[in-house]
Amino acid sequence: MDDRRLEIIIGNLLRAGVLAAAALVIAGGIAFLAAHHGDHISFHNFVLSGSSLRTVQGIVASAVHLNSEGLMQLGLLLLIATPVARVIMAVFGFSLERDWMYVAVSLIVLAVLLASLTRAA
Amino acid sequence: MTATSFTLVVGVIAALAGFLGALTGLGGGVVIVPALTLALGVDMRYAIGASLVSVIATSSGAAAAYVREGYSNIRIGMFLEIATTIGAVVGAFLAGRFSTHVLAIIFGLVLLQAAYQTVFKGSLENVTPVESDALGRRLRMGGTYPLDGKMQEYGVRNVPAGFGLMFGAGALSGLLGIGSGAVKVIAMDRAMHIPFKVSTTTSNFMIGVTAAASAGVYLSRGYIDPRVAMPVMLGVLLGAFLGSKVLVHAPVRVLRIVFAVVIVALAIEMIVNGIVGRI
Repeated sequence: MDDRRLEIIIGNLLRAGVLAAAALVIAGGIAFLAAHHGDHISFHNFVLSGSSLRTVQGIVASAVHLNSEGLMQLGLLLLIATPVARVIMAVFGFSLERDWMYVAVSLIVLAVLLASLTRAA
Repeated sequence: MTATSFTLVVGVIAALAGFLGALTGLGGGVVIVPALTLALGVDMRYAIGASLVSVIATSSGAAAAYVREGYSNIRIGMFLEIATTIGAVVGAFLAGRFSTHVLAIIFGLVLLQAAYQTVFKGSLENVTPVESDALGRRLRMGGTYPLDGKMQEYGVRNVPAGFGLMFGAGALSGLLGIGSGAVKVIAMDRAMHIPFKVSTTTSNFMIGVTAAASAGVYLSRGYIDPRVAMPVMLGVLLGAFLGSKVLVHAPVRVLRIVFAVVIVALAIEMIVNGIVGRI
């Protein structure tokens, strides 16, 4: 295991996550447009949406019920998770290299990330 | 506007933004926000939410392609992410407390200066390989990257200055929902003397992690509406994919000019919005 291999693994992991997220968003998007293609939509004014699209539990629940907006939002949630996964992979990768300085660096980044994400949720 | 035409128009704009974002390491956000708000009248908060999504899509989507070419440096990226993520948290915290007009104007001026330097100062690409300074060596940040068919060594200098700039980049990202790739590239290319292509690709790699640090806040505030974010994400992914294909074959000179043009546009956008009080 060296940096180069580690970077390739992380790069492929990121792409897999993004493709899975895109697949969910496309599925939700097709369902949304099939049901609402002729509807007039406007985003001129900000209207706070219900909690079903703003919390992890709400998003998962509405996606499970095959709600089209819930499916899209679950895909976006997966997308947001890809950089977090990348940092977790880096922790393991640097451990395998026995590069403890960069294990510590990656753990600090992960801690900041999780602190801000869990505080928001 | 019907749902179908809105999706198509936003998708095309996002594809262009993703292309430019991947090419320059800026991320798509700086183009997405003005396009959605000025051209389509979308509320700033939805635009910023979709922008943050596009920023993560650009970063994660293009990473694999960059890594394969051997440009990005994971140690530099990870170390500096300490600064960008903490900065993003502080920026999100300060967003409700400080006037962003003033910040936007100051930042626009800083970016204009950077664009000037990018165009009028010679490329660092062709100078002899730089040795790392003491701290850069201790952090083992130096590396190699492909240049003219060979692996070219490079060193890393001025880590504290780069770290400080990265904190600013993170704070701006948390404040405005952009990836602030421009500042990241400046920190590495200008302050730390890292080769330009290594800087842009490592910046692209870092942008997603920085954006993720403020994504949870945006989600819980309802800024991320899937009906806006869906065409933005898919468009940006397509554009970023195409951009990553071009990057590897693009000459540094062209990259710098593209970078400078985008930075000037971004600077004017920020200054004008700051003066009229829209940011």
